[in-house]
Amino acid sequence: MTVDVAIVKELSADDRRFTLDVAFSSDSRRIVLFGPSGAGKSLTLRAIAGLLTPDAGHIRVRNRVLFDASTGVDLAPRHRQVAYLFQDYALFPHLTVAQNIGFGLTSGLLNPSRRERGRAVAHWLDTFELRGIADSYPARISGGQRQRVALARALASEPGIVLLDEPFAALDPALRGRMRRELRELQARLDLQLLVITHDPDDVDALDGHTIEIRDGRLWEDARPPARDAGPLRTDIEPQ
Amino acid sequence: MSAIWIPLALSLKVALWATAINLVLGVAVAFGLSRWRSPAREVVDSILTLPLVLPPTVLGYYLLVLLGRRGVFGEWLDRVGIQLVFTWQGAVIASTLVAFPLVQKAARAAFENVDPQLEDAARVLGLRELAVFFRVSLPLAARGITAGALLAFARALGEFGATLMIAGNLPGRTQTLSVAIYAAVQAGDDATAGTMVLVTSVTCVIALLLAGWLSPDRANIRRHRS
Repeated sequence: MTVDVAIVKELSADDRRFTLDVAFSSDSRRIVLFGPSGAGKSLTLRAIAGLLTPDAGHIRVRNRVLFDASTGVDLAPRHRQVAYLFQDYALFPHLTVAQNIGFGLTSGLLNPSRRERGRAVAHWLDTFELRGIADSYPARISGGQRQRVALARALASEPGIVLLDEPFAALDPALRGRMRRELRELQARLDLQLLVITHDPDDVDALDGHTIEIRDGRLWEDARPPARDAGPLRTDIEPQ
Repeated sequence: MSAIWIPLALSLKVALWATAINLVLGVAVAFGLSRWRSPAREVVDSILTLPLVLPPTVLGYYLLVLLGRRGVFGEWLDRVGIQLVFTWQGAVIASTLVAFPLVQKAARAAFENVDPQLEDAARVLGLRELAVFFRVSLPLAARGITAGALLAFARALGEFGATLMIAGNLPGRTQTLSVAIYAAVQAGDDATAGTMVLVTSVTCVIALLLAGWLSPDRANIRRHRS
């Protein structure tokens, strides 16, 4: 299995407690974690990226052990060869588009130069048709462009897997369909391994991968895309 | 004119040194505090804020007790050849202490304003913690820190009480502008005092204007110039 996750994490804030207890494995190139907000999807993603340490269990990606509580393995995020696309893209506001894309390619204490850019950055600027805005700052570009920059930045460091946190939620509906197609094409063209989390059944349909459903910190049912008319799954309308 | 220029030059030297030390010290402490999850955090923060509210003479007294010849560290300082009482270096220590909370508080607020997700993004992109600090946290907090440093500079420039306690009033050696104003007034030299008051006021107004211009609520408008 290229992705093998089994983790337990106990969280408490104020007087609320939440237990994340999920286990899944998959060989699919497009794994989709589907479930309502607050189900623990983002926590799972953060644990895979190394931004959250589980209490127990293991995380393996492409035969590499990223985390194993029983043997004490816990790789730092920078050693996991994992890319993370944050929900609102987390572009660095003080760096240009080109600098953002080249960010992970230099590991020193200085950010990439604004004027000089390497071949890799030029390549990703071309791949995502971002050459025209290479010197713009993230605040000055559109939502769709922001997502492309975030993807280019994530892919530039040639990760083994790309984790995407609600990749289309920050886009307006008109753009969503186009960016879904773009991601799907990109995945096929570059043969990327994606792990996408979403609460939106339309994302599940568009990605057409191995869908795993999570609710209340647990696996709901495995491997079947949800029925489109399943009422309780529409969590974008939350009961008050 | 040298009655004004010598104390002014000394004041600028002392204030610049105090600001430089506070930039390193205040930023380091502020970053530590902004990331420290402990109930003791606010207690430490309160203690570090004390120089802002304690009378400068009290701070000067503490400094004498700690650093004076017969003070806690006095003998040790004497042995390694460091003389702080009645020297301009002593005035730097006094100004640094008094202005420290201004840098620390501004820097802490600035660091707490940095979106933690940006730091996470940098970690996942392959940076170690030190690089995350220098490439993401520090640049994003730079405006707030600079504003705090300008306030600290203005405060250090006007330092009087603690400076007088530890550095004294030695013309040409430890007599800073604010101490010289006091001496001039005591000596009845109102013309010199008046000029020095004007110079101090103008310098401080410029520093405050710059600090206001850099303040965080204006940063949002200006940060994203392309």
